[in-house]
Amino acid sequence: MIAALRKELLLQWRSRAQFFSVFIFGATALLLFSFGVGPNSEVLRQFSAGFLWLGLLLSSTLTLAESFHAEMENRALEGLLILPADPRALYYGKTLANWIQLTLLGSALVPVMVILYDAGTTRLLSLLAIIALGSAGLAAPGTLYAAMTSQVRAKQTLLPLLLFPLIVPALLASVKATSLVILGDPMQTLRSWISLLAAFDAIYWSLCGLLYPRVLED
Amino acid sequence: MISALDRYHPPNMSEPAIQADHLARRFGRRWALADVSLVVPRGTVLMVAGHNGSGKSTLFRVLASVLRPDHGVARVAGFDVVTQRADVRREIALLSHYTYLYESLTARENLHVAADHLGIKRDIVMSLLDRVALSSRADDVVSTFSAGMRKRLSFARVFLQNPSVVLLDEPYGQLDPEGFALVDDVVRELRSKQVTVLMATHQIERGASLADQQLILAAGRVQK
Amino acid sequence: MQTVTDNQRFPRTPYVLLALGAALLLFGSWWGLFFAPKEQYMGDVQRIMYVHVPTAWNWMLAVIFAFVSAIAFLFTSNYKWDSRLEAGLEVGSLLAFLLCCQGSIWAKPTWGVWWDWDPRLTSVAVLLMASLGIIALRTFVEDPARRAIWSSVATIIASVDLPIVYFSVKWWNSLHQQQSSPNTVSPDFYIPLRVNAFAILFLMTGFIMLRARLASRRLAAEVTAPPLSEAGEMA
Repeated sequence: MIAALRKELLLQWRSRAQFFSVFIFGATALLLFSFGVGPNSEVLRQFSAGFLWLGLLLSSTLTLAESFHAEMENRALEGLLILPADPRALYYGKTLANWIQLTLLGSALVPVMVILYDAGTTRLLSLLAIIALGSAGLAAPGTLYAAMTSQVRAKQTLLPLLLFPLIVPALLASVKATSLVILGDPMQTLRSWISLLAAFDAIYWSLCGLLYPRVLED
Repeated sequence: MISALDRYHPPNMSEPAIQADHLARRFGRRWALADVSLVVPRGTVLMVAGHNGSGKSTLFRVLASVLRPDHGVARVAGFDVVTQRADVRREIALLSHYTYLYESLTARENLHVAADHLGIKRDIVMSLLDRVALSSRADDVVSTFSAGMRKRLSFARVFLQNPSVVLLDEPYGQLDPEGFALVDDVVRELRSKQVTVLMATHQIERGASLADQQLILAAGRVQK
Repeated sequence: MQTVTDNQRFPRTPYVLLALGAALLLFGSWWGLFFAPKEQYMGDVQRIMYVHVPTAWNWMLAVIFAFVSAIAFLFTSNYKWDSRLEAGLEVGSLLAFLLCCQGSIWAKPTWGVWWDWDPRLTSVAVLLMASLGIIALRTFVEDPARRAIWSSVATIIASVDLPIVYFSVKWWNSLHQQQSSPNTVSPDFYIPLRVNAFAILFLMTGFIMLRARLASRRLAAEVTAPPLSEAGEMA
C-alpha cells in the first residue's frame, strides 16, 4: 500500500497545476454563492459553513475524477493489477492521496471563506480537524465511484449523481460542526457531530475497501 | 504485498504452461473469441498469427486473467485464470498494446512504480533502461516519448517481473530495426531460460524463425 | 456466465397478485376515505395516511429486498438476483416518489409548506436520488457482468447509508422544529390501514415479479451462445 501511496503522491505532485485550478474553481464557487444570497454580511456569516462545504463538495468531483484520469489513459491501473498488485492496497493508497488533497483544498478555501463571509474563528485546529474528517467522508466513497465512472461514457454526470446523495450525512455533520466552530457552540453539541462524522468515515472506509476489488473485476 | 506472498502456491511443474479449452469471449453482440483451444508445452515459443480483429489480443488478455472468458476454461502455469487470478498474475507478464504507462511520470519513475508494487529494489531500473536503450531518456516524461520508445519502456517493465510465461502482443509493433533485433534477442533469451513465450505478430517470417509452434486465429477460432 | 432463470412454475402469480392488490386497495381506500371517522385534530387531510403509511412500510420492504438481492448477487453471481435488483430499484423508486408526493400533499394544508424536512421523508428523498443514480448507472454500462456487479455494490453502499442519513437528518432537524409525526393513527383506524398495507404489498410484489421477468428476458436476449462452426467447414 505504501507503494501505491507513493505513486499517487508523485502523480499528484506532477499535476499540481491542476490542484491550483481546482482551488480557483472552489473559490469562484464560494464567490458565486455570495452573489446568490446578496451582500448581507450577517446572513453570509450564518451560512459560511454551508458554502464552504458545498464549494468543497463540488470541487471534489473534479479532484476525484482526475485521480483516475492517469490510470485510464494507458490502462495503467490494469497494468498494476497484473503485476500483481493487491486491489485493496491500491484503493487505500488512492483514497488516502485523495483525502490529503481534499483536506488541503478545504484548508485552502478557509481563508477565502473568512474573507468573503467574515467568518473567522480562533479555533483553527478544530476547524482543520473537521475539514480532515469531512474530506475523509468524501474521499472513501468518492474514490470507489470515481473508479466506476471513469470507465463509463457519461462520467462527468454520473459521479456527482452517485456520490451526492450518499454523502448527505457527512455533509450535514461537517456543515453543522463547522458552523458551531465559527458561530459558537452554546449547547456543546460539537462532540456529537464529530462522532457522527467519525462513524460515517469508519463505516465507509471499511465498506468501500471491502467492495473495491469487485468493482475492478472484468 | 506480504499478504500476497503468504498465499503463494508454487506452479505445477508437470502441467503444460498453457492449456485452454473452448475459450469464448464476447463484447456486446460480437464474439471476439468463439472457440479457442490450445496447449503450449513449457519452455516453448508459440507464434499466434491472424488478421486484425481475429481475436489475438483478446486471447492474450484472457490468458493473462485480465478478461474473464464467457465460456471455456484456461489454465496458465498450472493455475485457473478465473479462480486463481492472483497466482496466474504472479506467473505471467503481459506486453499489451496498452502501454500501462503514466504519461506524467518519467521513464525511470514508471519503472520505480512497478518495482515498488512488485516489492523489488529500485536499483535494477537503470540496468533495465540500458537494456532497452532508453537510459539517455530515463528522466524524460513519457508523454514526450514516441510510440517505439513507449514499447521499449513496456519491455523494460516486463523484465522487472519474473514470469514463467510471457505474453507478447505485437512485440515488433512500432519498433525500428534495432528494436526488432532487441525483441529477437529477448525471445531467444527467454526461451533459453525455459520461459514459455506466446507471441502475437504480423511479422510472420521473423516469428516463425523463433517459434516452436504456430497457430492462426481467424474470427475468434483456431485455423489449420 | 451463469444462466438467467425465469420463474416457470407459477407464471400467473404476478397477475393474481396485481388483481388482488388493486381490489384491496380500492376497498381499503374507500373505507379510509368515506367510512372511517374523521380524525380529531387534523381533519380530512389525515385520510391520506391510509395510503401514506402502507406505502412507507412497503417502500422499506422494497429497500430491504434490493439490498438482499445485491448481496445475493455478489455471493452467487446468479443473474436472477440482478434482475430482481433492477426490479426492486425501479419499484422502490416509484414508491419513494409516491411517498414524497403524499408527504407534500399532507404537508401543504397542515404546515403551509410543501416540504417540512421531516427526517423520515427527507431520508426517502435522499434514497430516491441515490436509487435513480444507480438506475442511471445501469443504462450507461453495456457489459452485463460489470453492470450487475457495479449496481450491487452501489446498492449496498446506498442501503447502508439509509439509517445514517435518517439519524443525521433527525439530529439536524431537531434543533429547529417541533417533531409532530404525521404518522400517528389511532386504533380505530387500523383496519383500513392494514387492508391497504396488504394491498400495496401485493401490488408491489406483483410489479417486482413482472419487472424482474422483463429484466431477465432482456438479459437473455443480450447474451447469446457463441456461433457454432459453420456446417461443412473443417475446424
